Amino acid sequence: MSLFDLFFYLFAIAIVASAAVVCFSRNIVHAAFSLLFTFFGIAGIYVLLSADFLAVSQILIYVGGILVLIVFGVMLTHRATNISIRSALGPRIPALIICAGLLALLISILVPGHWIRYDEQPWKFSPWHVNAIEQVTSATQGTPREIIDQSGSQGTSAELGKLLLSDYMLPFELLSIVLLVALIGAAMMARKEARQESVREKLQEEIAL
Amino acid sequence: MTIVPIGLPHFLVLSAVLLVLGIFTMLTRRNAIAVLMGIELILNAANINFVAFTRYGGINLGGQVVAIFVIVIAACEAAVALAIVLNLYRRQGSVNVREAHKLRG
Repeated sequence: MSLFDLFFYLFAIAIVASAAVVCFSRNIVHAAFSLLFTFFGIAGIYVLLSADFLAVSQILIYVGGILVLIVFGVMLTHRATNISIRSALGPRIPALIICAGLLALLISILVPGHWIRYDEQPWKFSPWHVNAIEQVTSATQGTPREIIDQSGSQGTSAELGKLLLSDYMLPFELLSIVLLVALIGAAMMARKEARQESVREKLQEEIAL
Repeated sequence: MTIVPIGLPHFLVLSAVLLVLGIFTMLTRRNAIAVLMGIELILNAANINFVAFTRYGGINLGGQVVAIFVIVIAACEAAVALAIVLNLYRRQGSVNVREAHKLRG
């Protein structure tokens, strides 16, 4: 078993165990904190899949942003956390049957699938660096360090930036607008009611004038 | 039993397990914030699929770009959903999604 396999199983066990805690824990605070380990494990999986930029943004956005938001939500609604957060056993059985059936279906589809194997050994090279690898292996002059520098296989950030500003330009710009609208909308909705009342009164005064 | 080297199916099965756990969380929880956590699990499962297919079959990084888009959408969704949950809590005094039926006709 190689180091790659070892780390994959380590991260996979961490992800599944902490996701199960999210799923089955009675305490909402425990669920929120075990979500932290799920997100870190997924960042590790991204590293194994040689997605360096995505692993860092996973930690920054999910752990630093979304999880903090969720913990804030848990704290702001803390009086509601004392009540039982689980459904009764009755509604859980259909859910369990649906989920078990879905899992069995997905695994029966995924496991024997004839996937194209780009390379049997990860870490050797990444598919998007095929040209770079060919350059490196066919080069005859220069030290290895120079050849690798010239081939430009320096992680995924540069390539992602190029794609975001060329092929995916329109979705990128639309998404920035969606983000802006969502953040302003969330701030508006989370405000106190009293503020809306005063705005309404001011509007009525203006109409009266 | 022979040990299969880690490949695409391993990552896909991991993401399938994560998806099913997220769906189960969404179906069985009453707390709106716990339902939100289930949605986050599902989005992460989708992301693992995107990145795994990019790694094992892609010719460029398109899958990773889409994964970044999914992360941004998840951030938007978390912000808006928590604002909704706070309003729900303010109006009905609890975050139980089974009690939120005032708009039902």
